[in-house]
Amino acid sequence: MAQTPHQATDQDISDALGERVRRATAEGRPLRIVGGDTKAFYGRPVEGEALSTREHRGITYYDPVELIVSVRSGTPLAELEATLADNGQMLGCEPPHLGADASVGGMVATGLSGPRRPWAGSVRDFVLGTRVITHEGHEQRFGGEVMKNVAGYDLSRLMVGAQGTLGMITEVSLKVLPKPGASQSLRLEMPLPDAQAKLAEWGRQPLPITAAAWHAGALHLRLEGGPSSVAATRERLGGDSLDDDFWTALREQTLAFFSREDARPLWRLSLPHNTPSVALAGVEEADVLHDWAGTQRWLRSDLDADTIREACARAGGHATCLGTRQGPGQADPFMPLEPVVAKYHRNLKAQLDPKGIFNPGRLYAEL
Amino acid sequence: MNILYDERLDGELPDIDKSDVLADLQQAAPGLTLLHREEDLRPFECDGLSAYRVLPMLVALPETLEQVETLMKRCRALGVPVVTRGAGTGLSGGALPLEKGVLLVMSRFNRILDVDPDARIARLQPGVRNLAISEAAAPYGLYYAPDPSSQIACSIGGNVAENAGGVHCLKYGLTVHNVMKVEVITIEGERMTLGSEALDAPGLDLLALFTGSEGMLGVVTEITVKLLPKPETAKVLMASFDDVEKAGRAVGDIIAAGIVPGGLEMMDKLAIRAAEDFVKAGYPVEAEAILLCELDGVEADVDDDCATVRAVLEQAGATGIQQARDDAERATFWAGRKNAFPAVGRMSPDYYCMDGTIPRRELPRVLKGIADFSEAYGLQVANVFHAGDGNMHPLILFDANRPGELEQAEELGGKILELCVEVGGSITGEHGVGREKINQMCAQFKPGELDTFHAVKAAFDPQRLLNPGKNIPTLARCAEFGAMHVHNNELPHPELPRF
Repeated sequence: MAQTPHQATDQDISDALGERVRRATAEGRPLRIVGGDTKAFYGRPVEGEALSTREHRGITYYDPVELIVSVRSGTPLAELEATLADNGQMLGCEPPHLGADASVGGMVATGLSGPRRPWAGSVRDFVLGTRVITHEGHEQRFGGEVMKNVAGYDLSRLMVGAQGTLGMITEVSLKVLPKPGASQSLRLEMPLPDAQAKLAEWGRQPLPITAAAWHAGALHLRLEGGPSSVAATRERLGGDSLDDDFWTALREQTLAFFSREDARPLWRLSLPHNTPSVALAGVEEADVLHDWAGTQRWLRSDLDADTIREACARAGGHATCLGTRQGPGQADPFMPLEPVVAKYHRNLKAQLDPKGIFNPGRLYAEL
Repeated sequence: MNILYDERLDGELPDIDKSDVLADLQQAAPGLTLLHREEDLRPFECDGLSAYRVLPMLVALPETLEQVETLMKRCRALGVPVVTRGAGTGLSGGALPLEKGVLLVMSRFNRILDVDPDARIARLQPGVRNLAISEAAAPYGLYYAPDPSSQIACSIGGNVAENAGGVHCLKYGLTVHNVMKVEVITIEGERMTLGSEALDAPGLDLLALFTGSEGMLGVVTEITVKLLPKPETAKVLMASFDDVEKAGRAVGDIIAAGIVPGGLEMMDKLAIRAAEDFVKAGYPVEAEAILLCELDGVEADVDDDCATVRAVLEQAGATGIQQARDDAERATFWAGRKNAFPAVGRMSPDYYCMDGTIPRRELPRVLKGIADFSEAYGLQVANVFHAGDGNMHPLILFDANRPGELEQAEELGGKILELCVEVGGSITGEHGVGREKINQMCAQFKPGELDTFHAVKAAFDPQRLLNPGKNIPTLARCAEFGAMHVHNNELPHPELPRF
């Protein structure tokens, strides 16, 4: 059996974190949970005393044969990925770092996934278990280091994307995947409607596609799998070779499209498969980058939030405003919830964080 | 050990006159089918955990969402518990009725509302059978991945309630990974949508929370699932071993070779013999264990992977390796595995199916433990194992007509589950807690964690009217059953009454 790798920086400070949380609840003082502080722009600003996970780090369990890793939330994402890569494995959700200091806890709390998401799954899909500090300052464990576990409510997956509003994540167990045997990327010049038709057609076929993005007149594809199928599919689809770095640049938002020079806010549109172009007055083809085979679209636009959100809602999706990186573009980046759903969000928050100390207002003003 | 609802431990339920409830519901929802005579209630007295039977106060068989809404509103007003049931195939007693409760049967909601091949989704009413989804998607080259062995009969609503699995979970996930959206009616009779036809939805991931919540947070009235393209090909290798441990190690070796099989199943000698007697699958009856390894995907890759797996199995000491020559033989190989439960059922008047999960590396230790328990209790245990994902299904053979043998089988089962927890696993991988494993929950979770579960419940159903007594034990129950974690020699919650 492989030994779990250790670093000199590993340490468990969950007791100290629990004590800070306990006192915060006792004194009714809100906390602003911080990991690598690379994704602060993704959500509403939080007023509160900073509580950092950074010192709580290290891989606590990793056996490549089990396809499972457990890691403390303050561990740098890059450190985890390097360890997995040493063993020929990876995080299937291909999480964006958006900064050198990105932490595992931040990945889980924001739930953001990369280009592979429609084919492999989201961060939430790979989470098997969590340790969470509750409002009383106790560390509790949900899920665990097994692939299948349906005992009790699925609080582990509930924590993904909750942005620390329900508790402080201290450790997470993740399913990992072997790296594909072969990978090739290609670029096919074609108009958007053709790309959409092709993606719908290919989507019904067992092709080894693991990323698909259309922008500026070309469809960009990544093929991954066994060497035989990747080579055969590459041959069948034709087109020009594309450097794999394209996917890193897309994931990390370093393509020119995401430039900070552009003063217009960046929007993320989440839409069903096979949604035609969303009709928005004044939006040109170059203002939209279609990732995830069109189910995640990035938009640069000054249009007002309601207009963008109503158009997405009509198509069965939603829109998130990520601002301009210089500052938030919207007071409320996330689409408002339906009243009944919002009510149960409030109920859940009141039950799990009655004093409202965990990242209050981060997702919605009332949470 | 009796697991029927016990008001002393599980919480008081209001005493309300059956005829009053019937009259109230008949008046509030005139078209609603309500069963109340004993002979009509009888077919609903149990689910797949048939050792336990309770006649519900009433059975409601709604046909419209308005009827469900009205039913929920009236039951809430009257303080009458509601147990929701799908096809009733669940093995953990999740749909076990309550004497003082209404059984809400969703089987009349059985329509496939839409299959959209371009978006690769299907919209379903909760009573649609699991297999019917793949059948409806087949003309488009698509299918629905989770395939519990009851897939001919079980319904998608029940699959969501239990977060059902199947033999392909390692690669394709459980129900939670394949459901995109659900429509829910709350105990207050409100409608809400969780999830989206897009790949995510704003706010907290309540869809994940509801999946596997055993009907305790709301009633699911519509489900949108993800469809996948059918793999171009699937091939199955069957390897026999003269030693169970070697077979267990071979599983790890396959994963270590960088392969994620579509299915990877293991059966021990007793299970092999039972299956062979029953379906003549061509299993090697002299083997101590067999592995079934299914590789699916693009033809060229599958051929490469078959060669790799064959080499790994030889290296691991397999005494024989067979590759199914065609789809017919592949189906035969699987038939033995998929019929392992009824096959074991033919060997013994009764059997009790467990559902623990373990880290795969602990397999030899757990199998040894099971063998020891089996000997100590004098009851045979056949082992069927989703080896790829660590989900074990030990089948305990017993005869309920012999006094005390059911209790012995249950006690043995409890020991196996506690062993699973001890090695870092879980008491249930895919069947759910229901009533069956309610006491073992006390071994898996600490009181504080159970408190957190109760807090979640209170956010959606503060009166505890939705399927009370299932899934999450009360602290009083855990205190009584002694398996409770004791910290610093102090019982948690000293304020709780100890009966």
